[in-house]
Amino acid sequence: MPREQHDYDDIPGTFVFDAERSRQGYHLNMFCMSLMKEENRKAFKANEAAYLDKFQLTPEQREAILKRQYNRMLELGGNIYFTAKLGATDGHSFQHMAAVMTGSTQEDYAKMMLAGGRSVEGNRSRSSAEKRAKSARKSKPKTRSKSGSKRG
Amino acid sequence: MARIIAGISSSHVPAIGAAIDNGRTQEPYWQRVFSGFEKSKEWMAKAKPDVVIGIYNDHASAFSVEIIPTFALGCAAEFPPADEGWGPRPVPVVKGHPELASHIAQSVILDEFDLTIVNKMEVDHGLTVPLNLMFGSPKEWPCPVIPLAVNVVQYPPPTGRRCFMLGKAIRKAVESYPEDLKVVVFGTGGMSHQISGPRAGLINSKFDKAFLDNLTKDPKKLTRISHLEFMREAGAEGIEMVMWLVMRGAIDDKVDEVYRFYTVPASNTAVGHIILENRQRSGPKRTAARKSKSKRSAPATTRRAAARAKTAVRKG
Repeated sequence: MPREQHDYDDIPGTFVFDAERSRQGYHLNMFCMSLMKEENRKAFKANEAAYLDKFQLTPEQREAILKRQYNRMLELGGNIYFTAKLGATDGHSFQHMAAVMTGSTQEDYAKMMLAGGRSVEGNRSRSSAEKRAKSARKSKPKTRSKSGSKRG
Repeated sequence: MARIIAGISSSHVPAIGAAIDNGRTQEPYWQRVFSGFEKSKEWMAKAKPDVVIGIYNDHASAFSVEIIPTFALGCAAEFPPADEGWGPRPVPVVKGHPELASHIAQSVILDEFDLTIVNKMEVDHGLTVPLNLMFGSPKEWPCPVIPLAVNVVQYPPPTGRRCFMLGKAIRKAVESYPEDLKVVVFGTGGMSHQISGPRAGLINSKFDKAFLDNLTKDPKKLTRISHLEFMREAGAEGIEMVMWLVMRGAIDDKVDEVYRFYTVPASNTAVGHIILENRQRSGPKRTAARKSKSKRSAPATTRRAAARAKTAVRKG
């Protein structure tokens, strides 16, 4: 069944952790929660694949965890406060994970934050961003759009 | 009679806690953040509340995805700091106020707020970072703290309006508690930030500053902000700001803003902080005073004015 569409799906670069994602990601998130315990962190690190066998994960979720694809985990029902526990198990700070999810290096990401963060301009809506892109293509000679979507 | 003297809002960024715990508060980056709370600590030392009600959210520490209460009121005698993956924060155990907490629970449930009563709970940085910011790092927290955990992890959190109304119900509960206690309410979380997905790092200072302005002068306007607008404008995790509205509902409609601080960033987040004082510190007594005044002046005033005074009493 395809995912039900919501008004907030229009927000770009965002996976809202709603009831449907929570249901899909239950076991993924419970796996992450298990990493709150030192003995579980050790067991996971010793043999990741074997440890994951203990949880009812879909093949996609399993792959995303093993490959540390953090955006994919969110898409498959992971929640950031839970997946952050996997990041912590790897010894990564929150900022490192944020950088990874934005496709940036931690250094560049930290610089962007110090400079005031990612601007909301151009980052509010998928549909209006597309509209803008289309109209920009139509009227080519115009000066380039001042959309901030490229920042960071 | 117990009374609420002030409401305080503050971000609860985990990295602030880490900076405190690892002795990095003097680094220029962190100095910029901590310097904004020096005045607040002075204010707090003078205010000396008997109880703090701390509105915060749990970050997959006490609550996993097994149980997700929308409003969970901590009624226990104490709340140990949670292990958030790096061992528990080296902060004092939070001592509760079970008598006032259970009084609040009973009162607000009868006021139709069906909150969850929690008698065993660990508390994470969401609660303890604002305590550090307002009290520093003492050996023991100077007063009992009643935690109220709000779900902002799984969408949807309660609406801003609902949070505001809960604040009003909490105030009513506090003011019907017989012991003479000074209470301060903390609303924590925010301000604009997004820590998940490709849009992580989003900050919207314009939104934040308008939010701070209206928090003081037009909170009802803030109760009309939709979840979509919060997430779009202030980032997916910026929706935490609904928790500030519980605090705002618990104080007077007209308040004095005595302090404000705003800086970007602390790690991934815009840090906002405000102290709002109730104009007259003697909440319930004032109501009584106004009542008698309106009675005295009744013959000289029209019926409408009397009705207005009544409304004011109800609001107050």
